[in-house]
Amino acid sequence: MAKYLMKGNDAIVRGALLAGCRFYFGYPITPASEIAEGAARYFPKVGGTFLQAESEVAAINMVYGASGGGIRAMTASSSPGISLKQEGISYAAGAELPCVIVNIMRGGPGLGNIAPEQSDYNQVVKGGGHGNYKVPVLAPNSAQEMCSLTMKAFDIADKYRAPVYILADGYIGQMMEPVEFPEPVTDLPRKDWAVYADKESKDNLISSIYLDPYELEKHNRKLQKKYAEIEKNEIMCEKFMLEDAEYVVMGYGIVSRVLKTAVEKLRDKKVKIGLLRPITLFPFPKKEIYDLAVKNCKFLVVEMSNGQMVEDVRLTVQGKTTVDLYNRMGGVVPTTDEVIEHIQNRFSV
Amino acid sequence: MATKVLRKSHAFYDTYFRNPSPDKKMLHYCPGCGHGNVHKMIAEALEDYDVADKTIFISPVGCSVFAYYYFATGNIQAAHGRAPAVSTGIKRAHPDSIIISYQGDGDLAAIGTAEIIHAANRGECITVFFVNNAIYGMTGGQMAPTTLVGQKTTTSPMGRRPSNEGYPIKVAELISQLHAPVYIERVSLHDNKQRAKARLAIRKAIKCQVDKLGFSLVEILSPCPSGWKMDPVDSMRWIEETMQENFPLGVYRDLTKEAEPYTPEILNPTAEAILNLLDIDTELDFKYERKNPPEKYKNPEMKVAGFGGQGILLLGGAMAQAGMLENYHVSWLPSYGPEMRGGTANCHVNIRDIEVGSPMVSDPSVLIAMNRPSLEKFEQDVKKGGLIIYDSSLIDIEPTRKDIEILAIPATKMADQLGNTRIANMVVFGAYMGYTGLMGKETLYESLKTAIKHKRFLDINVKAIDAGYQFGSDNQAG
Repeated sequence: MAKYLMKGNDAIVRGALLAGCRFYFGYPITPASEIAEGAARYFPKVGGTFLQAESEVAAINMVYGASGGGIRAMTASSSPGISLKQEGISYAAGAELPCVIVNIMRGGPGLGNIAPEQSDYNQVVKGGGHGNYKVPVLAPNSAQEMCSLTMKAFDIADKYRAPVYILADGYIGQMMEPVEFPEPVTDLPRKDWAVYADKESKDNLISSIYLDPYELEKHNRKLQKKYAEIEKNEIMCEKFMLEDAEYVVMGYGIVSRVLKTAVEKLRDKKVKIGLLRPITLFPFPKKEIYDLAVKNCKFLVVEMSNGQMVEDVRLTVQGKTTVDLYNRMGGVVPTTDEVIEHIQNRFSV
Repeated sequence: MATKVLRKSHAFYDTYFRNPSPDKKMLHYCPGCGHGNVHKMIAEALEDYDVADKTIFISPVGCSVFAYYYFATGNIQAAHGRAPAVSTGIKRAHPDSIIISYQGDGDLAAIGTAEIIHAANRGECITVFFVNNAIYGMTGGQMAPTTLVGQKTTTSPMGRRPSNEGYPIKVAELISQLHAPVYIERVSLHDNKQRAKARLAIRKAIKCQVDKLGFSLVEILSPCPSGWKMDPVDSMRWIEETMQENFPLGVYRDLTKEAEPYTPEILNPTAEAILNLLDIDTELDFKYERKNPPEKYKNPEMKVAGFGGQGILLLGGAMAQAGMLENYHVSWLPSYGPEMRGGTANCHVNIRDIEVGSPMVSDPSVLIAMNRPSLEKFEQDVKKGGLIIYDSSLIDIEPTRKDIEILAIPATKMADQLGNTRIANMVVFGAYMGYTGLMGKETLYESLKTAIKHKRFLDINVKAIDAGYQFGSDNQAG
């Protein structure tokens, strides 16, 4: 099939529609507004619904309602908007409602700015709202992945009855690259737990209330079991030049693109370095990291935040090797050259 | 002769199996509470209109959080105040459903104010039952937005003072200021006559949805003896004598006769139609012959810069599009100066034989400068042996670098001669390709098909490419 030059944000809209999603509820925010604009244009065309909600809070609760109705629904926002949605995401996780939430991260804290940052790692990967829950997080690094991982996100959401995040940054959203589109999904199966407003589903209940502590503990155990299952089945990562690597750089999103070029250039200089890019941030590629750690690879994590993913890497290597952080904040994207310089200085290579 | 058998509505479960209490026949509400009355009136209406099977009941947060114990319908429990948003989502998903959004005063008139106003304002075809008992019942008797002036609660122990807490919110009046709602009434449960009126209002509000007329809301003044610390009889008297005065009963809006039924159009396109509707052309096949430019011009890392309004981003996009058509790996990344208006806009373009790593171009091998600030700003970044193309009709200085190739082209002047200065970008597009030999003209023409939105401008842009291409190849580096 033909390729299309398209922005990542536009590829998300197409991917969602090709995945059979027909309901979009959102609130405008830079740098994610293009997703809402694209959704407003394309969702109604194929018989779907686009609704600009009165708030981020309302938007995620509309998704909650629609998802309870057994259909594929989504919302998209950027960091401050995600903070507002956390209540609804906790409810969706508790009521086990599948949906897709896109976060095109921007600079924070507070109003911060609209430049790309990765400072939402903690609020997205660690659950973010109240209660014992986690949300699968897919981190695309190209326009193609903005489409294909959005489609994948809907499948994971339905498979595990869980909200799923697409976590990207302004660069991946704004960048145009060629995208190939798969065939659209048209016949989605009926969900036996959902309320379809018909006789067959009328005894179904969508709820996150378990008043009895033992019942709530049981529910939480069930959720944890589900997350363990997700950790077993759904890990995705990209390995680049890791076979003989002595040094491993890690990063996701736009950072991983910078790191790939840095690795290519350092390899030209005979430095044995490779890239490990988590595509899923939860589940986290712990085994892949640990295997490299016990081979005594030295790690450098590059993040556009105060160092959030690096904590997970350190936890994973269990002191078997060193894990350094190189970070930029405020919307500054590290250049290939500054990363190379840092690596050369730090590791004397 | 037909006889009326008194029994529980079939819209209630016979046995409340979800209730953890050992008594599966009783409601969980306190003695004298109004919720039981309201539940019964709703359930009877759902049965009478034969819509219980397609009803979805939205339980709020508050005493009625467990409404799903009782209603033999689809049930969704919503977060505090969010029932109208949840209702919106499910109603849009299933337009033929009957959605009951059941809310208390804290839920609807405090934490969920935005949700109810906007659901009403959109005219969502849902039915809202607003149980106003002027207090937070479930959390133990705190002040509600509808608590009366002077009324003592656990969080207004001296009585509600307007100077500190403001006045009670009148929801029926407030919502009736909006254009979309079809039916709004305030009723009370304080005596038999009022309960009969409440029953009719509840039926009418549900019928309004059954007939697909639009948004309906019934506000119900309802006793809360536990919260008010009164016995049930005094509670009824308090509603009649005190609450009613603050919340006048009556119909605030009734357009049920005028409103037209609305049924959303159902579209269900085939897989093939979906691709077309998404502007994904499955038939696209462009044949090209890749050129073999000199090694130094391969894999360009480009920065294209100029004024906002010069079509800088479009030029970069056309470059990437052309590259993609010839099956190169490409990327295009916009980067606006903070001073976009009258300032510079620029974008980064990669056209590579192999996968593009970082899409950011900090040291370009090709700089296209369409205004003076861009040339001044980026000249020093260009890689040694790289190429600068600049619009010499707008830039009155020359690059100072001696270690790079330079192509000065009077692009804006040439564009003007062709009839429109705005196609200077396409003149440069042609010039770059003609100069380097990276791609043939056919590819550039093809790329225009997606880059140029208005087909009537295609011809003049083709002319611009031709003129630029000619200029570029005539001025190739010796």
